[in-house]
Amino acid sequence: MIRQTTAIKTVGLTKYFGRNSAVRNLTMEIPAGQVTALVGHNGAGKTTFIRMLLGLAEPTRGRCAILGEDSQTLSPQTRSRIGYLAEGHFLWNWMRAKDVARFQRETFPKWDQKLFDSMLSFFGVSPDAKIGQISRGQRAGVSLGMTMATDPEILILDDPSMGLDPVARRALVEGLLAFARREGRTVLISTHLLDDVERLADRIALLSNGNLLVDAPLVDFQQRVQGWKIDSTIVAPPAIPGLIDSRTFDGQTNLVVADPDEETIASIERIGHNARSEQLTLEDAVLAYLRPASMVGSISASLEAAQ
Amino acid sequence: MIEFKITPGGNRPIYQQVVDQVRAAIVSGELSIGDPLPSVRGLAQQLVVNHNTVAKAFAELVRDGTLESRQGRGVFVAKRRNVFSASERKRRMSQALDVFLAEMHALDCSADQIQEAVASRLDQLTGK
Repeated sequence: MIRQTTAIKTVGLTKYFGRNSAVRNLTMEIPAGQVTALVGHNGAGKTTFIRMLLGLAEPTRGRCAILGEDSQTLSPQTRSRIGYLAEGHFLWNWMRAKDVARFQRETFPKWDQKLFDSMLSFFGVSPDAKIGQISRGQRAGVSLGMTMATDPEILILDDPSMGLDPVARRALVEGLLAFARREGRTVLISTHLLDDVERLADRIALLSNGNLLVDAPLVDFQQRVQGWKIDSTIVAPPAIPGLIDSRTFDGQTNLVVADPDEETIASIERIGHNARSEQLTLEDAVLAYLRPASMVGSISASLEAAQ
Repeated sequence: MIEFKITPGGNRPIYQQVVDQVRAAIVSGELSIGDPLPSVRGLAQQLVVNHNTVAKAFAELVRDGTLESRQGRGVFVAKRRNVFSASERKRRMSQALDVFLAEMHALDCSADQIQEAVASRLDQLTGK
């Protein structure tokens, strides 16, 4: 059912701004026909990564290709098969919603007016509404509609749900799912909203300080990352293969391990103190990777200690 | 038809929640042998989740013999049959028990309390 071809491929992709690296030696393949969620802190390199894919930023080293063509030399034909929603839903405030359609129709041969109209009505935007006067959620709807109606094969969205209320967020997720259901359509979305990732994504890619930490099917990721609770405060845990996070709270230690094998489990069970495994939520699993070591323990304990 | 309800943010992946709910509906008699399940597309739309997630849940239930897929007509509750070898069945049972007992242990339940709770739940499910 899933066509396993590659929509996006990067090899050793690296970007420096001055002496700071934004993306480091990133090699990955994003399969066609699936939804991939790109997750990471602010400043992790998500936007830079996306801009390089689209040929809007030049890699310092390495290469990337989209729909089989090098991103730096994309032909207009290939470009017209890519839909891109930049961060912040850039639209011209002086236009009316229907002018957006006229504008896009001139540029994109496969413009689907019916789809655009139905997106407008789904988000409750009248065709005569001035873009400068509609709500932020409606702006997201217009911008998603104007991109989806160009009938792209691949849709790339940079934090589209930023600042949206729950109703608009849900509408956005529904719109994206409707797009993804069509045969062979690929979605790459960067977001911080892990509930939306669970609803939307086939795959998850975790980016931290420009490094790709995880690139896996979402279900595999959830199964491969495992939590352990220990009824004792263990400040410096012994060498545990696959340990990615260790935190102590109030007489308890929470460990998180990735891809636990027999050796991992044996070395945790040796610690004793009622060591027991638990299935983590997606949020806990992602935080175990992304949270810096400085944020150990609970913030309330640190604040109390400071008084 | 069963009312599915999924919650993102929990410690069970969404596809697993769908699998759990189908199994629970069969145990409780809400779904009987031969009953149709909703289409993958329809259920995905209703739950607002990726259609591959629903497809994965159904595929797992077809693989373990809970559901059967009929060419072009969708997915139905299958006749109960043992698709696993005796040893595989035992392995799966013990795996499920481990998870269950760990939960009970964390809740500080005694052996008697666990046995009583299981027996009363079984009675309830079989309508005694």
